[in-house]
Amino acid sequence: MKSRLIGWSIAVLVLIAAPPLLLAIGQPFYLDLVRRIMILAIAAISLNLILGYGGMVSFGHAAYIGIGAYAVGILGFYGMFNGWLHLLVAIVASALVALAIGAVSIRTSGVYFIMITLAFTQMLYYLGISVAEFGGDDGMRLKRRSHLGIVDLNDPVQFYYVALVVMLVTVYITHRIVNSRFGLVLRATKSNEARSRAVGFSPYPYRLTAFVIAGAICGLAGALYGNHTNYITPGLMSWQQSGDIMFMVILGGMASTAGPVLGAFVLLLLEDLLSSWTQYWQVILGPLLVLSVLFFRRGLAGIFYKPDA
Amino acid sequence: MLEVRQLVKNFGALRATDGIDLEVREGETHAIIGPNGAGKTTFISQLAGNLRPDGGRIVFGGEDITQLSAPRRARKGLARSFQITSIYPEFTAVANVALAVQAHASHSFRFWRDARRDPQLLAPARRVLEDVGLGARANVLAANLSHGEQRQLEVAMALATRPRLLLLDEPMAGMGIEESQRMIAFLATLKGRHTIVLVEHDVDAVFRLADRISVLVYGRLIATGAPEAIRANPEVRAAYLGED
Repeated sequence: MKSRLIGWSIAVLVLIAAPPLLLAIGQPFYLDLVRRIMILAIAAISLNLILGYGGMVSFGHAAYIGIGAYAVGILGFYGMFNGWLHLLVAIVASALVALAIGAVSIRTSGVYFIMITLAFTQMLYYLGISVAEFGGDDGMRLKRRSHLGIVDLNDPVQFYYVALVVMLVTVYITHRIVNSRFGLVLRATKSNEARSRAVGFSPYPYRLTAFVIAGAICGLAGALYGNHTNYITPGLMSWQQSGDIMFMVILGGMASTAGPVLGAFVLLLLEDLLSSWTQYWQVILGPLLVLSVLFFRRGLAGIFYKPDA
Repeated sequence: MLEVRQLVKNFGALRATDGIDLEVREGETHAIIGPNGAGKTTFISQLAGNLRPDGGRIVFGGEDITQLSAPRRARKGLARSFQITSIYPEFTAVANVALAVQAHASHSFRFWRDARRDPQLLAPARRVLEDVGLGARANVLAANLSHGEQRQLEVAMALATRPRLLLLDEPMAGMGIEESQRMIAFLATLKGRHTIVLVEHDVDAVFRLADRISVLVYGRLIATGAPEAIRANPEVRAAYLGED
């Protein structure tokens, strides 16, 4: 418990100190990279809630990144730049879509669940491609970033701290959820569904609620991501994007608080490092990932922590 | 307390439950015995709601529960243990029981307070663990308990739901002689305090524990009665007891 707090404190201090240091040594690019990592870490944290704690292998989590980003893009397209409205619409729309997708897919399990969540997200992906008004396949540039009033997202440093704060708040909220009564039902049912049913829990409403919460959080990440890239394409909803987020969770460690954050940082920093060395970087990254999964069964977080129960 | 009328379950051409009529009285320990493959687990699974019968009715406390799901039956006071140990292996023993307490303490849509330190869940959970003799093992991961302790834990989880009827599916399965004796002694302490349906292969245990016994052979109940009457029943002896 104490070592965890120390670990988190060090990580947070480093992230707080990073912008002035990076600017001082003339590396604003890395500010951009770390901001992107933190935003995708939020998405990974939300996926971990259902994948790691709930045992629901959603292979369509990028849908909510897309919905969040398109919420920002489409509202801006019609001249609405109020950032709070953007965030609200991103979260509510994602939650509603998650409710619809979850209501159908949670009735299935195993491979069927994976395929149904993937199929729904592919539907949204092709919807994005087909709507020419919002750029279709090419996507569209944001007219302006979301106006949040108190902070300016056009300022890279301010935006960086927004992403950091949202990420930390998300970590804390999910940490509370997974240890609440609700979270325990979710985790217990992942551990042994027959036992949960026999003891009196109906799994469906709990799973569906978790699915909706995860979608809503990921929608928030999507709104930030749209502002980050300043450009919105259907590619945000591609299955590769879903796979990336899933990999962050698995690499970092499922069902751990720090896992998804760790996974996002390691995966994307490694990607950046290797791609600067060689254009064949994926040939190196692939086997590294395979090895990490083989040797760290509880993910990278499992190296530092014992599982909590 | 529990009334079963003309219960039927088919698996393809096999009639696994063939028109069973059974009545369990308040406070009694009612054992169901029968040779392997007689359909004991199929029967108890229909009582618990894990299997839907193809015909017949199950009435519990005056209410027809034939169409209710397993979780709803559990919330009405039907608690079951499984023949193959079914616990939460990644949770501690006390957390396992606390979850059973939680399942019967209204809904669990509570998202903020730390349930792992909730005295409303932990206090009753610890009490039940003490009752079954696992008090000293409360903070051990369930996966690290011995087989016998895991079986005890499963009974503890059933008890923690404060059931009106306990369905125990071969609680002694896979136990050594010493562990079995301890479990039998423990079940004897539950006798009279709870209404129990006990499915068991071990005839000695059954004759020590049961108030009444029903004998199940090929999906049909061939006899129901007090232990002495069952022991003396020629049909039962031919079908089952004589095998030993």
